[in-house]
Amino acid sequence: MTRAFLALVLRDLRLAARVGGSGAMGLVFFLMLVAVVPFALGPDLNLLARIGPALLWFSAVLATLIGLDRLFQTDVEDGAIDLILSSDTPLEVLVAAKGVAHWLTTGLPLALLAPLFGLLLALTPGAMLAVAATLVVGTPALTFIGAVGAALTASLGRGGLLLAILVMPLMVPTLIFGVSAANAATGGTIAFLTPFLILAALSLVAIVIGIFAAAAALRQSA
Amino acid sequence: MRISVEGLACRRGERLLFRDLSFSLASGEALVVTGRNGAGKSSLIAMLAGRLAPAAGAIRAEGIGEATLAEVTNHVGHKEGLKAALTAEENLAFAGAMLGRPRLSPREALARVGLARAADLPAGYLSAGQRRRVALARLFVSRRPLWLLDEPTSALDAASQVRLAEVMQGHLAEGGLIIAATHAPLGLEGTKTLSIDAHVPSVDLPGGAEGERA
Repeated sequence: MTRAFLALVLRDLRLAARVGGSGAMGLVFFLMLVAVVPFALGPDLNLLARIGPALLWFSAVLATLIGLDRLFQTDVEDGAIDLILSSDTPLEVLVAAKGVAHWLTTGLPLALLAPLFGLLLALTPGAMLAVAATLVVGTPALTFIGAVGAALTASLGRGGLLLAILVMPLMVPTLIFGVSAANAATGGTIAFLTPFLILAALSLVAIVIGIFAAAAALRQSA
Repeated sequence: MRISVEGLACRRGERLLFRDLSFSLASGEALVVTGRNGAGKSSLIAMLAGRLAPAAGAIRAEGIGEATLAEVTNHVGHKEGLKAALTAEENLAFAGAMLGRPRLSPREALARVGLARAADLPAGYLSAGQRRRVALARLFVSRRPLWLLDEPTSALDAASQVRLAEVMQGHLAEGGLIIAATHAPLGLEGTKTLSIDAHVPSVDLPGGAEGERA
């Protein structure tokens, strides 16, 4: 079981890294969104610093969405899904492996680079750290909520828009608590830990429910 | 092990592809499924692989313990399941990890299909026939008794077809089972054959307007 899990994670990491892989796509999209905002809003550093955490989180949600539709679709298209479905390892374990690989190539790099991109939005060092910490804890929720939508739309040719409509509303709570935790760290009336722990709880729930729901959806749709 | 299929029917959308299809197959036996295009050969293979629910009838397997039929099946469909960016060896190593019950290493399996030299090439660089052979090499990386093959000889040259017939004969001699959907003769001795055309509902016989819609 561990062997199949690791093999699938490793394969997806390799595919993301090789030519034609989508490894850096989310990151580049993230950078573009963040870089364009100061041009649109003008060089008002106070304004940028105030809305910076929210902008970074919003961009992270969109950057996660952009590659999600291919999560299971490529395997359905080339038939590799037959191998995954006929494995003697439970499908839930393999869906978890797909999610972990996706998070390692999308969510984690976004979180690690968020402080750097925070420079573009004139964030204070404290705010940068808070955004990075909330993204590390919150992006697994985005990945595994998205995995359900990706599994549902796996056999549709162009399921990208449908996927976004399906999963975006479910990502809103994560977004709300992610941003409020990041804001709480830089001042405000509530303690940082309150929204941060709720965010962590949302992630844990999303991982568990996402794995089972995506596996069930995959059995039906693929 | 033994597979028995009784009164199987297949419905895709509104259309009834076949019905009342029955056969049984024991260890060491091979079944060749024939039929015109669109008759439902691939659908039958998909049902046996557990990917499609039968509209009626039942598929039973004996002698496989608690495993499901899908877990003892090595299925090579018309989609090869190869990742173009991964090498032939990496593709097979992944297949081996998914299928479990390890048998030959990926390199040995590639040597069996005469592709030892292509092991380090990305699958995307291979020709159609070579890709098919890499997919067939999957049969050797795992010790699964039932081989489900959908058009196994397509894109294969004459020498590879002979080689395929030899390995299939070897698999049967070891007590394996083979179910293959094909138009071309496989060159196997003593196989059972099943023509799906005989089980197609009469309104849907060849020549009718419906019959041509695949």
